[in-house]
Amino acid sequence: MTQHSKVAYQVMWNRLISVVEEQAQALVRTAFSTSVREAGDLSAGVYDVDGQMLAQAVTGTPGHVNAMADAVAHFIRRIGRENIQDGDIYITNDPWEGTGHLHDITMVTPSFHKGEHVGFFACTAHIVDIGGRGFGADAHSIYEEGLYIPIMKFANKGKVDETLTRIIRGNVREPDQLIGDIYALATCNEIGHRRLIEMMAEFSLDDLNGIADFILENSRRATLERIAALPQQSAQGEMTMDGFDRPITLKVKVSVEGDRIVSDFTGSSGLDKKGINCPLVYAKAYACYALKVAIAPEIPNNAASLAPFEITAPENSIVNALHPAPVALRHIVGHFVPDAVFNAFDKIVPGLVPAEGAGCLCNFQVSLRPRTDAAAPATARRSEVLTFNSGGSGARPEHDGLNATAFPSGVMTMPIEATEHAGPVIIWRKELRPDSGGAGKTRGGLGQYMEVGAQEGHEFDIQAMFDRVDHPARGRRGGQAGAPTTIAQDDGSAMSGKGKQFVPHGRRVVMAFPGGAGYGDPSERSVDLVKRDLARGYISAETAARDYNLSASDIAEVQAAVAKGDMM
Amino acid sequence: MATTSNRLGVDIGGTFTDVVLESDGQSFSTKVLTTYAAPENAIIDGMHQVCAKAGIDPSQIDQIIHGTTLATNALIERRGAKTALITTEGFRDVIEMRTESRFEQYDLNLNLPDPLLPRQMRFTVGGRVDANGAVLIDIDRAEVEAVVDQIAKGGFESVAVGLIHSYLNPAHEELVREVLTEKLPDVAVSISSEVSPQMREYERFNTVVANAYIKPLMASYLGRLEDRLKAEGVACRIFLMHSGGGIISIQNAADFPVRLVESGPAGGAVFAAHIAARYGLDKVLSFDMGGTTAKICLIKNQTPKTSRVFEVARTYRFKKGSGMPISIPVIDMVEIGAGGGSLAHVDAMRQIRVGPESAGSEPGPACYGRDGTRPAVTDADLVLGKLDPENFAGGSIKLHPEASKSALSNHVGNTLDMDAVEAAFGLAEVVDENMANAARVHAVENGEDLSDYTMIAFGGAAPLHAGRLCEKLGVERLLVPEGAGVGSAIGFLRAPFSFEANRSVYMKLSDFDGDRIKSLLTDLKAEATGFVRTCDEVSPILSEFKVYMRYSGQGWEIPIELTEEQAMNPDVATFEARFIEDYSKLFGRPVEGMDIEITVWSVNATTPPEKVARMDETDGARAAVAIGARQLFDAASGQFLQSNIVNRFDMIEGQRAAGPAAVVEDETTIIVPASRDAIRQPDGCIDIVLKGSAQ
Repeated sequence: MTQHSKVAYQVMWNRLISVVEEQAQALVRTAFSTSVREAGDLSAGVYDVDGQMLAQAVTGTPGHVNAMADAVAHFIRRIGRENIQDGDIYITNDPWEGTGHLHDITMVTPSFHKGEHVGFFACTAHIVDIGGRGFGADAHSIYEEGLYIPIMKFANKGKVDETLTRIIRGNVREPDQLIGDIYALATCNEIGHRRLIEMMAEFSLDDLNGIADFILENSRRATLERIAALPQQSAQGEMTMDGFDRPITLKVKVSVEGDRIVSDFTGSSGLDKKGINCPLVYAKAYACYALKVAIAPEIPNNAASLAPFEITAPENSIVNALHPAPVALRHIVGHFVPDAVFNAFDKIVPGLVPAEGAGCLCNFQVSLRPRTDAAAPATARRSEVLTFNSGGSGARPEHDGLNATAFPSGVMTMPIEATEHAGPVIIWRKELRPDSGGAGKTRGGLGQYMEVGAQEGHEFDIQAMFDRVDHPARGRRGGQAGAPTTIAQDDGSAMSGKGKQFVPHGRRVVMAFPGGAGYGDPSERSVDLVKRDLARGYISAETAARDYNLSASDIAEVQAAVAKGDMM
Repeated sequence: MATTSNRLGVDIGGTFTDVVLESDGQSFSTKVLTTYAAPENAIIDGMHQVCAKAGIDPSQIDQIIHGTTLATNALIERRGAKTALITTEGFRDVIEMRTESRFEQYDLNLNLPDPLLPRQMRFTVGGRVDANGAVLIDIDRAEVEAVVDQIAKGGFESVAVGLIHSYLNPAHEELVREVLTEKLPDVAVSISSEVSPQMREYERFNTVVANAYIKPLMASYLGRLEDRLKAEGVACRIFLMHSGGGIISIQNAADFPVRLVESGPAGGAVFAAHIAARYGLDKVLSFDMGGTTAKICLIKNQTPKTSRVFEVARTYRFKKGSGMPISIPVIDMVEIGAGGGSLAHVDAMRQIRVGPESAGSEPGPACYGRDGTRPAVTDADLVLGKLDPENFAGGSIKLHPEASKSALSNHVGNTLDMDAVEAAFGLAEVVDENMANAARVHAVENGEDLSDYTMIAFGGAAPLHAGRLCEKLGVERLLVPEGAGVGSAIGFLRAPFSFEANRSVYMKLSDFDGDRIKSLLTDLKAEATGFVRTCDEVSPILSEFKVYMRYSGQGWEIPIELTEEQAMNPDVATFEARFIEDYSKLFGRPVEGMDIEITVWSVNATTPPEKVARMDETDGARAAVAIGARQLFDAASGQFLQSNIVNRFDMIEGQRAAGPAAVVEDETTIIVPASRDAIRQPDGCIDIVLKGSAQ
């Protein structure tokens, strides 16, 4: 059977999507880094022999989407088609040919069927440590950010390169964890490969050409239909964030042009001295995500559905950092790209996109060690603990923003019980932050409080990766700003939103993560919702009175109902 | 249990309450509409019906085994008690913050499900245990008393207690319970270290809250049921089916009602396991397809696969993450939105999508002629010849093929340049592929290859789709048992008394402590056995030992089964070898040079499974007599084939009907693909085998 019916292709497309979901699931189950196994910071995809992405698992990371779509072509070019053998596994953490920083390991495995090369599987995971200065913004160039692994063979015809693994082990803080993760990545491609071969046998396929054409053609057409239905015009948007030492402005002109949408970042800030610069591929992923989630949410990601979303930016601007710019925390700028794009797109299609939200994830890493100011107990140890946390998302035209929920990133937080098993860290507080959601007809999502310290006998450095200290989320159409980020030690000592900072024995770091902004005039908010928010403690009595004009008697009524245990 | 002669199985489902009475080897069953306001009424009604059929008096019933969706429904419909949570200071919002992620990334208007308890019903107390179980800050009794006073003023009926790291050290939770019991003796209390002693605060807290939330409701229902049965002269004990596939006492069920969630489907899995035993099958895939969902479960060595966590009340297209996690021992099933009523449409990529939206019973599929205009799976089945329009549901509902065809053309065919038949073919293939994918993913997650499995199919829509599913999965043999309509209730009567006790204790193999392991497993065994002993005072009790292991640093464990010998004489080399063996099987290759750790310890105490005699199977040498013939679409070859129609109850033992064929009965139709034949086995099962096979 060489000619396949339309129905058979429908079935095969479904199957490929299921195959990459299985591939991603295998990675979660076998990974060692909490960023992968608890938070889901990973991606997985299947490609044809030319490196065109056919399907990608929906995981926690829009930032990987376009980067993954482009990555396999780089591997083909670097390895050389003639050197691609059955049993090979390739590896890189090149920020420009992978997914934007050294902390993402990308692995690619060619698939062979009946002795012929038929396609590739690729996967990426964010690992906790790659050596260098550690995960943070402090480096002045890529050379300080850790071990660089160019595109190369991790395994040649099934044999793992022991020299490479020894070099890796010798250069990172948690060698077992990293090597374990590399094996997990290889396993996940292997699982995908097995399933693909089963499908090819079942449908008597010798290659993926027919199904690739079917997927790409239908995806391209569906995407172009959506773009054609939009007003064909352009609009300018911008947003400003804290940056490291000085504010960074993102400027973008979004142009809908018949068969494509171009996001042009001309006018954005130049490179920063510190590691918050963003390679173009990562900025492109988030620009594309913002537009896709607004106009074509259900079209799966593949080479054809992504192609019409184009991006340009001047070389060595903040969203197009070139080698050797430091890029470890490229996610901070990347996560704000949607706010800038939405700011423009709202002028093209009003009433669709949300107000600004917390934007970048509120991540921090703690490097714990035995105390140095006095004798440490014998049990004290060194450890690296990374956590992912979220502020509030921006209010939507018809819905409140989501409380403490990642947007645009989709990663999960780690359970604090799992985090405390990862090292001698103690999370003293992790809960919602009342009054942090910007007031509006729909309210911004609440941010959260966190408080972190160490077990007795330890001191630590905290690597802060926060923004919106000086630039809280801005409201839309009369909605108010969300609350800004704050950070200090529990004795009141000031701390900074970014960078590695020492915390002495016995001290805790007290953080408040930002809320999302409101949408529309707060006076138009339904009184019932204001009362509900007050009853739940999302807002205080003062906020209810000040921002929403709730009367003193209404406030008293709500407080009495809460004391009686009534639902509101 | 062999001495018991009259046993009643009762399954309260969403629409029907199924009652099965087994009396001296004979079986009598009935279906009664579920009476939501007082579910016990349907039970009494059904009980009288089957007793009348069997010619016995209710007082002669020796044992009642009961399973119910009431617990699940109370969680889905939010009909629980006024409940408060007491948790650790700083962690008031764990059940609301969930995983801080969006389960659907491509929906700007996504809303997350509300937690069971809104924020004002969640209270905090100081005190803190660390990740080693050590107390960092002691709990202050006076502070707890003040919080309990607040709860008293709020008039709460039930209280959940969930404190950080309590699975390692329950002392603080126990103190809170002590204060609650002293001050509020009438309020129900649930503590997380008892309900679900497992790591990961979101899952554990959510589980204890769910337990507390449904506890007053379930306790009151079970009490009423006991009283009503007593009033009807029933004197026997009543037991409950739990989500793990075993039976517990009514008291135990009232204390841990969250363990009753999904007890109906668990009964279905036990039913399939029993048939597996009758045929001596060690690898079985049970497939239950009804009107709105399909459920798939792996059954190895005649025991359904179990898990420690699952998700209930999914709010968004059955999507993973959109419900609430419950961590209890449970039969591991995948449920997807694929049933006879699932509706189809064509999406922007010109792909046919089916479900989870369902036509329900009103208006129903287009072919019901009740003004449904969108095509459902049943419409496709009708157009493909799988259903007889004149004889659906025993002839009680006349089907309209023309309505199906126009629905298929209008909503699928016209967009895709397909005629109604090709559209029907596409729809059926997509829904079958969805189910096959779910089965494949489930198998992979469990390290299983389905090609050497046998499928056992039950539920109204399953026999129409199971044959094609087997073709897709490479499954060679399919059994469609008799009585499949009340399969769960029959399953209850086959289930053993069982209770699983779990503990989270971390131990690296480099710190292997054999004495500690022995004492831990001995304690767990005593705890689990104690529960079972309250149900059955005489039977021997078997213990099944399982430890969850992983490479140190991984986040997900794999279950490793141990023999009693291995468990009671723990040896590090054996533990390591067992882990490497199972890990390699699941994930291809072990990881060199890594320490291995044990995280969870579990002992399942169970009465011995009912002895099932291996049945002598027939090879089906004689041809079955056809009552007619019709055109039936064969999906594998993509064309209509002239096919025999055989009446299931005309088939006698040892007869074979060659595929393609339709084996018809009142409730459903069994489709035999062209690649297979159907054989009537001595127990009434229709056994569908590959052509040429001598089974």
